[in-house]
Amino acid sequence: MSGVTASPRALKDPAGSAVARLEVIHHPIVRVVARRLAMAIPLLFIVSASSFVLVSLTPGDAAQSILGLNAPQDAVVRLRHALGLDNPIYVQYWDWLKHALHGDFGTSVVTGETVTHAIDARLPPTLALIVGAFLLGSTIGVGLGVLSALRGGALGRAVDAFALAGFALPAFWLGAILIAVFAVKLRWFPATGYVAFADSPSGWLNSLVLPVVALSVGAIAAIAKQTRASMLEVLSSEHIRMAWANGLSPRSIVFRHALKNAALPVIAVVGVQAVWLLGGTVVIESVFALPGLGSLLVSSSIQHDLPVVEGIAIYFTVIIVLISLLTDLAYSWLNPRVRAQ
Amino acid sequence: MSAVTSVVEEVAPAAAAGPAASPRFLRRLLRRPVAIACLAYLALIVVIAIVAPIALPHVAGEDAGDLTAVHQGPSGAHLLGTDTLGRDVLDRLLVGTRVTMAGVAEALVVVLALGVPLGLAAGYFGGWIDRLVTWLADLTFSIPAIILIVVVLSVFPQSMPAAMVTLGVIMAPALMRVVRAATLPVRQELSVAAAQVSGLSRPYIITRHVLPRISGALIVQVALLSGVALLVQTGLAFLGLVVPAPAPSWGGMVADGIGAIDIQSWLIWPPGIVIALTILACGLLGDVVRDATTENWAPVVRRPRARRSARARRGSHAPAETDRLGSPAAGDGAPDAETLLAIERLSIAFRTSSARVPVLVDVSFDVRAGETVGLVGESGCGKTITAMAVLGLLPGTATVESGRIRFGEHDLASVGELGLRAIRGKEIGLISQEPMISLDPAFRVGSQLTEAVRRHHRVSRRAAQERVLELLGQVQLPDPSLVARRYPHELSGGMAQRVAIARALAGEPQLLIADEPTTALDVTVQAEVLDLLREIQRERGMAILLVTHDWGVVADMCDRAVVMYAGEVVERADLLPMFREPRHPYTEALLASNPHHVVDAEALPTIPGSVPQPGEWPRGCHFHPRCTYATDACREAPIALEQIGSRHETRCIHHDRLARAT
Repeated sequence: MSGVTASPRALKDPAGSAVARLEVIHHPIVRVVARRLAMAIPLLFIVSASSFVLVSLTPGDAAQSILGLNAPQDAVVRLRHALGLDNPIYVQYWDWLKHALHGDFGTSVVTGETVTHAIDARLPPTLALIVGAFLLGSTIGVGLGVLSALRGGALGRAVDAFALAGFALPAFWLGAILIAVFAVKLRWFPATGYVAFADSPSGWLNSLVLPVVALSVGAIAAIAKQTRASMLEVLSSEHIRMAWANGLSPRSIVFRHALKNAALPVIAVVGVQAVWLLGGTVVIESVFALPGLGSLLVSSSIQHDLPVVEGIAIYFTVIIVLISLLTDLAYSWLNPRVRAQ
Repeated sequence: MSAVTSVVEEVAPAAAAGPAASPRFLRRLLRRPVAIACLAYLALIVVIAIVAPIALPHVAGEDAGDLTAVHQGPSGAHLLGTDTLGRDVLDRLLVGTRVTMAGVAEALVVVLALGVPLGLAAGYFGGWIDRLVTWLADLTFSIPAIILIVVVLSVFPQSMPAAMVTLGVIMAPALMRVVRAATLPVRQELSVAAAQVSGLSRPYIITRHVLPRISGALIVQVALLSGVALLVQTGLAFLGLVVPAPAPSWGGMVADGIGAIDIQSWLIWPPGIVIALTILACGLLGDVVRDATTENWAPVVRRPRARRSARARRGSHAPAETDRLGSPAAGDGAPDAETLLAIERLSIAFRTSSARVPVLVDVSFDVRAGETVGLVGESGCGKTITAMAVLGLLPGTATVESGRIRFGEHDLASVGELGLRAIRGKEIGLISQEPMISLDPAFRVGSQLTEAVRRHHRVSRRAAQERVLELLGQVQLPDPSLVARRYPHELSGGMAQRVAIARALAGEPQLLIADEPTTALDVTVQAEVLDLLREIQRERGMAILLVTHDWGVVADMCDRAVVMYAGEVVERADLLPMFREPRHPYTEALLASNPHHVVDAEALPTIPGSVPQPGEWPRGCHFHPRCTYATDACREAPIALEQIGSRHETRCIHHDRLARAT
């Protein structure tokens, strides 16, 4: 009966809190975190191993691309040996894994920079994009969905139309339109480029507005649509009818009782959206020429810089695991039945 | 790309889609102009994809056009203008259609080849196959497609097949889930069961019986996934990863446009609009197909309740018959001092823009302070609607058309939403049929009750919490503080109903409306809950309006009973006369079918037929088609409620014959 464990909302009961102390290890939140982390390890292993195998299939070879196509063959062979590329694939993977566990993902074959260093330098714009688009997407999406569920009629149809438009407008084209209107024509924001926060906080904010908007429209649309649908469903449910019958205040009915129950499917959509925002950064960073992980991934892919590609894949996987963890936590916080399992 | 969520969301509704791909379904689909427009547009795109590169062979390899005519706007010579290298934008758009569509087609082939068989296997065989497939689906939902594809493209540079096959593999689980969900119910259906018995092979059953039935859900999903594939393909082309220059592609043309955006921003529009329109066509087609497959299943959306009772118009649209017919008792005079609730000639109808369906006609009865009145009848007779009208919580488009609901000083039919809010919970409490779903599943019992207490009394949180424990004790729950910490799903049905009663008591109401309070409970628990209600009533002197179809409950609890049939009150009497000498054939039949604690009164063994739906009421007496006493007079005109004894009325012209019979 984990539902009986202590919670801030529970009424005071001295005997109950003693029980709660004993049950800390079995606390549902602890279990949720443990379960998600247990899933993360095989996921990271699969991603790294499969990308490693994939890379080994590559027709080109790092030694060749470092030295150029016209390099003498014995030099290529020597470099290949120096890089460990002549070992069997599982030995190479093991070496890579050992280093990776110590935070060493090797060096870029193009710039010679360590992969960790290259990635860390590119992380801030990408994180700013993801966090910004996530916040914008979930707040405006949920707000719009609730509003349209309550008002219905024209606003409801508008949200449905917006959801369809959000599905149909590719983020890169939306970005292009924003640049054409707000950067080229109105000159409110810079068209491209990134200003570090440390250099100029206002410049940083300005450089992020358009990309964040372009990235979040799809998420806003999807979240608004789901929020509207589940709010409508919950508002017509029996316990909401009984809440009205018992004279609860409309504000409490809508924002406490309806929204909390409507939140579960919305959280699921928000989680999926957050993961897909990651993919969106790849395109958006190219549109706005932001020096982030996504544009690094694209340029490394074109330049065949496999250690960097692999390192970014691992980073993105870690971010995804964190997003899933947050989704799970939100889910179990909102749903007592999940917690009780 | 955000679109995948839409795909995920579609799973549930699409799964609900039943039989789809019949010719009838196709006809239904083609009746919708949106469907025809989408199909025509997509067909045009496919034709262009095939024809354009053949008709314009030079365009694909063209490095530069007329360099003296770069960045031109639309003109007669160049309908959509020219690009940075002087090439015709329209030509490139048309020729670029092929590579874009080819990418979508590659991804779809992979999606279908993987998703359909795996989904069918999971849905049809279940067991570990099902678990494996579901696990794979969960895993791929957490992979951002573009990132994985870019990783693949670093190994296979500029290979569109590699990219789109990867995309297909990533998207397949979405289709797999839908196919699985759609297969599950089909599998359990009789036709399939019969086919299994007659010894047909499994592949035969799947291809001949299961596949056709799930094709509606399949089409929806394929349409949506086409949109996603288009989004990803154009995104990759935009990044310059899958279509090497100078070959044109829609996504690549947007990238070219951004390159020249400060010189001529026009260039981003033609390819962008074509991409958006094509994805829109896929999305709309998916929506329309889903609507067509679920056409017969349109849920009634309950609109917000605000202003509903304010809309109630008194007497303005009263049906003519109610004006002719008098209502002898509880009539127009002022209710006597003891009367707590007086419903006077209440008429309610469902109104839509085109139709008006009466559900309650001329209903009158009253409830005096401290007494229990039973509202009796089969389902569909209007009992619950009457009870909900008292609280101003009519469902859907139901509207009070005429009549009054007097409660103390107020007329609840015209007091307005704000006035009702002051009365709901505080003056009139409600407990419902389904205790388990009448409590909010997301909050602890204590928190819900505390909110109710604080809503009706200005007390501190602590005082309210103490009051909650007191209330839980009053409804005879053994350990109030333990119950307060529980969530509704941790309660039994009987406990949940006690909690619901405690909540209804939080405002210390003068009237408790109990809508089938024991129907969903075990027989032993029923008796306990009824005892509890009786005891609370004795302690507080509260009146109870008890909605029920169970004469046993009526006999146990009530001072008087009001029998309703098809939207009308057909008989009103004190308890003993009602049981001993019913004077309406419907009451007589109800009593004969359900003399004691018989739970299921839905079927009446003594009279054939069932309660007519609102809108299908017969002329004359609503009961006459099922009545053994019926004569021509019963079929011709509405029957008035007639006073036949002190506090005994019946809506039957043959009540003398009944009196003789009993």
